[in-house]
Amino acid sequence: MAVGLAHYLTVAAVLFTLGIFGIFLNRKNIIIIMMSIELMLLAVNINLVAFSVSLGDLAGQVFAMFVLTVAAAEAAIGLAILVIYFRNRGTIQVEDIHMMRG
Amino acid sequence: MPALPMPDLLPALPEIVLACAAMALLLLGVFRGERSTRLVSWLSVAVLMAVLVLSAMFQGEKHVGFYGMFITDRFAVFVNVLVLIGSAVTIIIALHYNEEHGLARFEFPVLVLLATTGMMVMVSADDLITLYLGFELQSLALYVVASFDRDSTRSTEAGLKYFILGALASGMMLYGISLIYGFAGTTGFTGLAHLFGAAGGPVPSNGLIIGIVFVSVGLAFKVSAVPFHMWTPDVYEGAPTPVTAFFSVAPKIAALALFVRYLIGSFSGLIAEWQQIIVFLSGASMVLGAFAGIAQRNIKRLMAYSSIGHVGYALIGLAAGGAEGIRGVLVYLAIYLIMNLGTWAVILCMRREGQMLEGIADLSGLGRTRPGLALALGIFLFALAGIPPTAGFFAKLYIFLAAIDAHLVGLAVLGVVTSVVGAFYYLRIVKVMYFDEPLVTFDRPLAPELRAVLFVAAVLTLFFIVYPDPLMGGAQAAAASLFAR
Repeated sequence: MAVGLAHYLTVAAVLFTLGIFGIFLNRKNIIIIMMSIELMLLAVNINLVAFSVSLGDLAGQVFAMFVLTVAAAEAAIGLAILVIYFRNRGTIQVEDIHMMRG
Repeated sequence: MPALPMPDLLPALPEIVLACAAMALLLLGVFRGERSTRLVSWLSVAVLMAVLVLSAMFQGEKHVGFYGMFITDRFAVFVNVLVLIGSAVTIIIALHYNEEHGLARFEFPVLVLLATTGMMVMVSADDLITLYLGFELQSLALYVVASFDRDSTRSTEAGLKYFILGALASGMMLYGISLIYGFAGTTGFTGLAHLFGAAGGPVPSNGLIIGIVFVSVGLAFKVSAVPFHMWTPDVYEGAPTPVTAFFSVAPKIAALALFVRYLIGSFSGLIAEWQQIIVFLSGASMVLGAFAGIAQRNIKRLMAYSSIGHVGYALIGLAAGGAEGIRGVLVYLAIYLIMNLGTWAVILCMRREGQMLEGIADLSGLGRTRPGLALALGIFLFALAGIPPTAGFFAKLYIFLAAIDAHLVGLAVLGVVTSVVGAFYYLRIVKVMYFDEPLVTFDRPLAPELRAVLFVAAVLTLFFIVYPDPLMGGAQAAAASLFAR
């Protein structure tokens, strides 16, 4: 059986869903939330590259490069914020983030 | 391989100048150290004003650059002017606060400049790639600004929450973009408008519709429309007050403008598909903004719910679709900018012995102790509630008229009803100010820059009716340019 566009899209959709569930169902640790965010962005990259190949259009691969770059910047800023948060609170447990209601 | 010709950089000149100036000011700050904060702040304001002039020089002509990925038209110029004013005023009103709270670091104005660059790129995006890059440039700077008070638990928690939900939103948006790219075959707004810009084009596939919905969800997060608003009250309460003032104006205006350009500029032919989503977002935001605000005791949280409600009103114009509706959105955003900045300037004056006060009860008796301040806040609150003859009334009026023209009578009625409910909590503050016994007296004197911002905002809010032509004419032309494909 040849691997076609639909297979790539399915894998990407599964990864993306895992990423979203990782954010909402995770009750433990903020690092896991950051990993889930990366997972979502990588799922999008699979989508973009698969579409790019099947359409024969390079824009998707260019976009994937941009997404990789932005994901790196985003992870850097997220970890920096996490570090100052840990310095103040001494914990990064999800259930401890409740200084303000909501 | 032959070298590609140099892209046409001219349309992006204001953005390029702003980005270069931000980096130059960062260098200046690094070399001169903490004591350069005041200098860097005022230079940032000067740069923003210079970019505003530069941007306004494009008035009247449509320029497309970077191989059709970047567009400068009247719509972009109009929104750029609002965003630049919002950012400049934020830097000015933050000066005193930051010095009092040990936050006088030169990075603040630089980060605001970078966020503003991102917003201007968003507003001028003519391609989904440009849209994403502008969006992220703005967001990454905003995450840092939200946790700017790095020794405060509340501020860092606000930054963390904003980061997680913002990253989730951009992930959703990106997934939607990948679907739009795959099912439409292009990322350019021009190409998309060619396919779906008018009714009667090709029947959209389900994948494309899902993509449009995902991108709308991402944008709804950014403008904090219900049901994607959960982060707003917490982030507004936790972030330092000048940062909250910034969040409630510039990024919101830019994201709403991007929402308009994305839906009207490329998918106006599919209005039947997306109109119901916008109607729902708008109605739910108005209702929540009106009812959840009633129970608030903290004025920053109250303003968060107020801003959720105002996003709902602005979205009515987008749901209406036509040029009339978009003109309504632009007028609404301009007036919202002025009255909101004024209100935040008053909130920044609420300090006693160097400590910020945030309770609504702390305002009691303000009419006796500080009549000028109470009068200004009264004007802004009447405007936020939409009571004539303040500017806020006309903002709502044009939006509701556009909705009725577009046969969205139900939404317009809901808007009027929620305005009345919302007026309760705005007017309760007026009652607290004028009829309750004074509890605390605020520090004097006010910083001169706060006084100036308050005066100008109050005059503009109160006397908008005398000379509305420049704003109305500008909004009209900006809305028309969006439809002239």
